[in-house]
Amino acid sequence: MQDAKGPDQLFQRALAEGEILLPKCDDCGAYHFFPRVLCPHCHGTAISWKQAGGKGRVHTTTVVRRKPERGGDYNVCVVELDEGVRMMSRVEGIAPGEVVIDMPVTAFVGEAEGVPAVLFKPSEG
Amino acid sequence: MTTELRGKSAIVGTGHAGLGEAHGLTAYDVMAQSALAALGDAGLKLSDVDGLFCTMMEDSMPALMAAEYLGIQPRFIDGTMSGGSSFVNYLTSATMALDAGLCDVALIVYGSNQRTASGRLVTASRPPAYEAPYNPRYPISAYAMAAARHMHEYGTTREQLADVAVAARAWAQRNPEAFERGPLTREDVLGSRMVGDPLTVRDCCLVTDGGGAIVMVRADRARDFPKAPAYVLGSAAASSHRQISQMKDFTVTAARDSGARAFAAAGVTPADIQAVELYDAFTINTILFLEDLGFCAKGEGGAFVEGGRIAPGGVLPVNTNGGGLSCVHPGMYGIFTVIEAARQIRGDAPGIQLKDIDLALAHGNGGVLSSQVTAILGSQNTL
Ligand SMILES: [Zn+2]
Repeated sequence: MQDAKGPDQLFQRALAEGEILLPKCDDCGAYHFFPRVLCPHCHGTAISWKQAGGKGRVHTTTVVRRKPERGGDYNVCVVELDEGVRMMSRVEGIAPGEVVIDMPVTAFVGEAEGVPAVLFKPSEG
Repeated sequence: MTTELRGKSAIVGTGHAGLGEAHGLTAYDVMAQSALAALGDAGLKLSDVDGLFCTMMEDSMPALMAAEYLGIQPRFIDGTMSGGSSFVNYLTSATMALDAGLCDVALIVYGSNQRTASGRLVTASRPPAYEAPYNPRYPISAYAMAAARHMHEYGTTREQLADVAVAARAWAQRNPEAFERGPLTREDVLGSRMVGDPLTVRDCCLVTDGGGAIVMVRADRARDFPKAPAYVLGSAAASSHRQISQMKDFTVTAARDSGARAFAAAGVTPADIQAVELYDAFTINTILFLEDLGFCAKGEGGAFVEGGRIAPGGVLPVNTNGGGLSCVHPGMYGIFTVIEAARQIRGDAPGIQLKDIDLALAHGNGGVLSSQVTAILGSQNTL
């Protein structure tokens, strides 16, 4: 990944180093996610990478019901970051059913399915 | 579709096969049996077909596989894959192809053996890269998150969601071909196994085998066939996203656009529609589409479906065959919305026939609320 060039590679490389980078359009100033070679808002191609602030809110959420012997229930949600972008993720550190819409959450880099991934925990205070 | 194409094509045959369980048959076997049934209904032969409109859950070139299996070499093929909405979408491309003389007999066809093959959804599509690591269960996690947001914003209740399933079952009980015909109460739905909060297993469509087919011709020939035609008065598509995390507003689908365009093309309004056939993969779908298509205001879908208002004897007949929730759901249900709408107009729905249906709506959904396609069908009286 030393010679990462494409937007997906750049995002994943940063993630592997514990950093969450978000693509931001130089032309219209809007963030987008997932990473891509153009801005989906204005279709400009000048994209910069910005460190994510890490604050967001749960936009919507569900509990995937799974048998205990297979690992039990878990959370799947969509989080809206303060930058205005949304991503699928899960909230850790509380029971999956305790995750509610509009709950403030903070991002961290963890692991999902054996790969580095953006996860969330409830924001303090 | 524009108003210039209004009434230019007609459905002159419908058929289905393998509804429920098609033991020992492949998906393509079920597809072919469906094609034969629809052609038989129209009094036509496979050798008459020169336009093929098909996609399947398996393979990356299913339309070619289907043409090869059927032993035909169509002059026009459309295999556009937008999920379960594809088959409603083919009404537009078939109408265009027929009108332009690119084909004379259009066959829209689908088949699946997903129940007897594996008992779960078989699909050639892969989970999106930025969602897969979180293990959403496709497709239910997506619809569950839409339902959760609708409940949050509009106070929609689990009881109202349950009433969608109960209404579908009540229709299915009148349909001798429906797969699930046992009694079902609101309490049954609420008390059944939770799969993806807030949706229980009874908020989810069936997993069955089955196939369906539709035969279309230009309107000028439409009265030369054994049964009454159902004309395509308007059809339109809209899409908003592919991955659920990219859906801008989880409570508003692109059906708002597809519906508005289809109604404009047909020159009718929701108040004119006598039978509504919606792709009800989950109970939330019916509520979302009734709102987005204009049968009620945004946020009022829960109240609209409550207490049997869309069941037999209610204010609006919705999913009169029992829908994907109780009649049949072989991976993709879309073609059955068109078949049921056409059957109601053609007076060809034994057991579930409504009286004097001149206008019916079929609505297909694809992906995870991603692709929406609306079609309005009408009888001879509506031309
Ligand atoms: Zn931009």
